[in-house]
Amino acid sequence: MEKRKFDVAIIGAGGAGMRAALQLSTAGYKVAVLSKVFPTRSHTVAAQGGITAALGNVTEDNWLWHMYDTVKGSDYLGDQDAIEYMCRMGPQVVYEMEHFGLPFSRLENGKIYQRPFGGQSRNFGGDQATRTCAAADRTGHAMLHTLYQRNIQAKTHFFVEFLAIDLVRDAEGRVLGVVALDMEKGEPLLIEARATLLATGGAGRIFQASTNAFINTGDGLGMASRAGIPLEDMEFWQFHPTGVMGAGVLISEGVRGEGGYLVNGAGERFMERYAPHARDLAGRDVVARAIAIEIHEGRGCGPHKDHVLLKLDHIGRDEILDKLPGIREIALKFAHVDPLEAPIPVVPTAHYMMGGIPTHYRGQVVVPARTGPEEAVPGLYAIGECACVSVHGANRLGGNSLLDLLVFGQAAAEHIVEFLKENPTSPPIPKEGPDLALARLARWDRREGTERVADVYRDMQGIMQSHCGVFRRAEVLEEGIAKLEEARQRLDRAAIDDHSKVFNTARVEALELENLMEVAFATIRSAAARTESRGAHARDDYPERDDRNWLKHTLAHGDGTIDYKPVRLKPLTVPSFPPKTRTY
Amino acid sequence: MSELRWRSRRGMLELDIVLGRFLDRHEARLSEDQAKAYLGLLEYPDAELWDIITGKGEPEAVEKPLLELIRMN
Repeated sequence: MEKRKFDVAIIGAGGAGMRAALQLSTAGYKVAVLSKVFPTRSHTVAAQGGITAALGNVTEDNWLWHMYDTVKGSDYLGDQDAIEYMCRMGPQVVYEMEHFGLPFSRLENGKIYQRPFGGQSRNFGGDQATRTCAAADRTGHAMLHTLYQRNIQAKTHFFVEFLAIDLVRDAEGRVLGVVALDMEKGEPLLIEARATLLATGGAGRIFQASTNAFINTGDGLGMASRAGIPLEDMEFWQFHPTGVMGAGVLISEGVRGEGGYLVNGAGERFMERYAPHARDLAGRDVVARAIAIEIHEGRGCGPHKDHVLLKLDHIGRDEILDKLPGIREIALKFAHVDPLEAPIPVVPTAHYMMGGIPTHYRGQVVVPARTGPEEAVPGLYAIGECACVSVHGANRLGGNSLLDLLVFGQAAAEHIVEFLKENPTSPPIPKEGPDLALARLARWDRREGTERVADVYRDMQGIMQSHCGVFRRAEVLEEGIAKLEEARQRLDRAAIDDHSKVFNTARVEALELENLMEVAFATIRSAAARTESRGAHARDDYPERDDRNWLKHTLAHGDGTIDYKPVRLKPLTVPSFPPKTRTY
Repeated sequence: MSELRWRSRRGMLELDIVLGRFLDRHEARLSEDQAKAYLGLLEYPDAELWDIITGKGEPEAVEKPLLELIRMN
């Protein structure tokens, strides 16, 4: 097997991976970034809204108010040390991006443009704040391009179209690198590195209805889980209330902001019952859950009563063409309706994974050990959506994910620099180090199988959608676990038809499905175990938040067992925000 | 030809779907020149490619008929 040696291996070239890579390359380290797709095609491009930081360019602001909003938004499950760090660092990382050349939109006075987002307040729950910095409606795209250009200048080494297979560890559990598949050649490559950083993004493809791109298959989570690292808080997935039925493509809140509203099968404007004041503009979790209940109780639309309708024709032809042209385009292409004349069929759609690989606020992966619940794994880091640091807790606020990428991309890079100084040489890779990865690859060389990967893929998504979506009850979840177990056994019996080497997408999809399967199990087991409702995890049979028993993080192990660890309620320098009822 | 499939995997779900539909319908019948032109089109960043497909932008050197086929999906 071909072997290459670097100081740091970074898996994933989205905003988080590239922010960390830039810092490390600039500091003179030899950095390898591996990406399944060309770096600027990472899912960060889909982030339209912006990046939240208390700059105070439009309304007076304070990072402590941002911190309060984030703790409250997390339904008190977020770790307050990490949240303090993120909100305090917010302005600094935004100004850094400005200096790197990110073309932010501007206010008339030339300062960075900021827009108001849901869940933002001044003075600890007072008036609406205006805190989200934006580059038109393409902030993620602009960020990714800026970081990529800078990385090229800094001589970061990109391995493009390489799929990471598994971590390489020694007997002491130290992480010494990664084995990846060169997709163009069809050959494995061993990357030896003193530190390895996972930045592989989300895993929304576990659900049938997801806004995530096809590449979001949780590869880093699968690798961590197979290496014996538990996944944290996987029951918490944010569902966007309005994804196009059958396609998943997002219809932004902007439509409801312009006066669009939801109706059920009886033509009723049902949000009036669930949120009499905010109605269709209530929080994402509230609207998503209302839609799920309408559908579950038989008040959905269409022959299968499996969706609701988003009506906007009353807004008027000129207004729609003027203010919502992109939305009309999406409705025409993906729902095959013209919103000038007919409503758009929508369903709650998986959007963002709050859980992930457990880390502390400087990015190092931490696992339960004899010394306590958070012992560092030497040489391993995780950042961005694949990590659970945890700043989003049970529910993420809009604009906080791009911030998360930059802040913890930088923080992890700084910690890695310290780690590299303390560890000038890496221990030798044991002969059997790459075995786990090579066995995974060899498994798909098998030619005999009774199941097809595509069928198992589709069935897994269906099981997760109907048993672990917005509407959750004990018996529904338990039945889902049994069905998912069956799907996993079918995956063991599956084979692929294509055994060619060059760009064998069948093999890549099989390897991705194995990662998704790890994520799906962690998600549904964690959801079945948590008998309370908090943030995005809403149990129909346990509708209340239960701080006495459940103010704790879930840790789901790959072997099916579950552990818990306390929430870090103590911030770094300021007083704690104690749990209160969350109302808006 | 799997190269076309893989490079049609994008950061935006909208593109994943539209390009996937296009390949499902036309991949088998693409000429060598068309396949080359298609790969060239895939070099555009996601946001620009979406603009091109939705008619808000025009690409530099891609034959119209190919673009029309993609736009129909």
